Amino acid sequence: MFEETVELRGHIIDSLLLPKVLDQILMRGAVFEIEQIDIGVRRSDPSCARIRIKSESKDVLEELLADIKVHGAEAVESGDVHLVPADIEGAFPEDFYATTNLRTLVRFEGEWLEVENHEMDRGIVVDIATKKALCTPMHRIRKGDMVVVGHRGVRVIPLERQTRGQLFQFMGSDISPEKPKLALVRELARELSKSKTEGEKVIFVGGPAIIHTGAGGYVAYLVNEGFVNVLLCGNGLAVHDIENALYGTSLGVRLKDGTLVKGGHRNHLRAINTIRRAGGIKTAVETGLLTHGIMHACVSKQVPFILAGSIRDDGPLPEVITDVVKATDIMRQHVRGAHLALMVASTLHSVAVGNILPAETRTVVVDINQSSLTKLMDRGSFQTIGIVSDAGLFLRELVEVLQRECV
Amino acid sequence: MCPPDYFGIEYEINAWMRLSNQSDLVHARAQWQKLYRILTEELGAKVELMKPEKGLPDLVFTANAGYVEGDLFVSSAFKYKERQGETPFFDAWFQSHGYRVLNLGPDCVFEGMGDALPFRDTVFAAYRHRSEVCSHKTLGEILNRRVISLELVNPKFYHLDTCFCPLGNDSALFFPPAFDDYARRVLKESIPDLIAVSDSSAHRFACNAIVVDKTVVTNSGCNDFETALSERGYKLRMTELGEFMKSGGSARCLTLRLE
Repeated sequence: MFEETVELRGHIIDSLLLPKVLDQILMRGAVFEIEQIDIGVRRSDPSCARIRIKSESKDVLEELLADIKVHGAEAVESGDVHLVPADIEGAFPEDFYATTNLRTLVRFEGEWLEVENHEMDRGIVVDIATKKALCTPMHRIRKGDMVVVGHRGVRVIPLERQTRGQLFQFMGSDISPEKPKLALVRELARELSKSKTEGEKVIFVGGPAIIHTGAGGYVAYLVNEGFVNVLLCGNGLAVHDIENALYGTSLGVRLKDGTLVKGGHRNHLRAINTIRRAGGIKTAVETGLLTHGIMHACVSKQVPFILAGSIRDDGPLPEVITDVVKATDIMRQHVRGAHLALMVASTLHSVAVGNILPAETRTVVVDINQSSLTKLMDRGSFQTIGIVSDAGLFLRELVEVLQRECV
Repeated sequence: MCPPDYFGIEYEINAWMRLSNQSDLVHARAQWQKLYRILTEELGAKVELMKPEKGLPDLVFTANAGYVEGDLFVSSAFKYKERQGETPFFDAWFQSHGYRVLNLGPDCVFEGMGDALPFRDTVFAAYRHRSEVCSHKTLGEILNRRVISLELVNPKFYHLDTCFCPLGNDSALFFPPAFDDYARRVLKESIPDLIAVSDSSAHRFACNAIVVDKTVVTNSGCNDFETALSERGYKLRMTELGEFMKSGGSARCLTLRLE
């Protein structure tokens, strides 16, 4: 599809210049979208319209632009993106274009190319041979890659409200503890249920507080019942989930009654040690060592889990990826095409995943601490709904609604 | 007005001009003098004159000099290089007579009151053959007025003043086939009493008329709209301007209304 934006200015309404130009666009078999229209208030005030024209044929578009130029429609965006070859490995040229998480197009040789795998805070590399534009992180830049520099020839498509689901229309993106949580939980349950039916990908990002608050079983339920398709977390959630599965405790606290178990502080280390001795979580499940919990559910339901490491990790578990750049790259592959992301009680992981999600992925973040939610919103993940809540109570409610109303 | 001392057909820049159909300077001078006398002696109009210049045969068509409103003169930017040499002389005349002279810039063709005519609070302006529509936007900004753009589609009616003529505050003469559908719709919606002139009168440049009070001065052979004019209290005063028709001009083209 070839596109061009034109501007028409003057007394275009009274002169019927605007309808004339729009008629000509349609008569040529092209389509238009009025991006902006400012209509003069007084009779002497001029009006202005910005019209985006799309045509399947480059020739038709060019002829059309010449035709409507006579009536005053001037092309406002002309010129391809400015490409500069990367001069060193692993870094962009100066003045590189930094992406947002919104759908982005670049104009190359007169054609608008969709930027693939778009996510925020990356650069754009254009493969001249294949005419493909790819959103690329800094460390992946190879010498000679043609990198988009400056803003010319770059178009960012804002999210339209109507493309959002009911849940998102309902709440907007504000964070507030003063929200009707039950209503939100119901909407979320409907969204999860719909995603499951329609085969849309749902990713779950979780922190260890899920286990500490006794909600591991609910997440295992979400995995087992097919509501969650990818799990992204750190060493902590997996460790305490396994500790709970093996010893009934989380950080030494018995989850059944909240009492401290004597010598329980060692339990999480024993859990890590057991898994390391077994050769990993997958083997532990396959050999019958690990019989329940979230990690068990993931292995038995073949739901991919990506454990990304951090400097405070005990162990870590054998599946933990300690190279953070590598971990993010793998996470990137798994979040691609995600419809919904549910992030519960995990500040750093939520921010990391929020960074690599395109704006179209609907995101729900749950945390007891309002500042954790603000941190994510402030990163520019404005497609997000924040819910201030205890992880355990929230997940219990969610699963109960799913069992009661949606299954 | 500018006397036709150097008037002639020296090039072809509209559908009327033919180098093979030369004008007769003696006849042209007589026709111009007659028009001048009608305006000054019969109708009591005050006419300012400018000096003709050798090599500028169309300087006689002062309507195309620019657009006049009060003490402001918006100078034309002629489409054809054959007429571009007229601009310094028009500008100099207006400057020496105390007008503020503004130029629209060289990038946008504008042929003055040949293509832009005021009607009530609006300026009707034509584009396609000569003036470009971009000039309307700028003219509107300069005058702080609504400028209605009308597309002309018939090459014989290449300026607005060849096919449209306001009459007072409610009426206007126009030749419908000169305009595209949109322009015809706009005119019908904007002007309460629109008088369509016949094909034969239009081709005698009936619309290229000078209106002085209740008299409409046109080329000869425009008889068939006399009734329409008299019904509205106007008198038709025809005078032979055939030599100027060979150049694609008539009564109105030979004058630029200053007030």
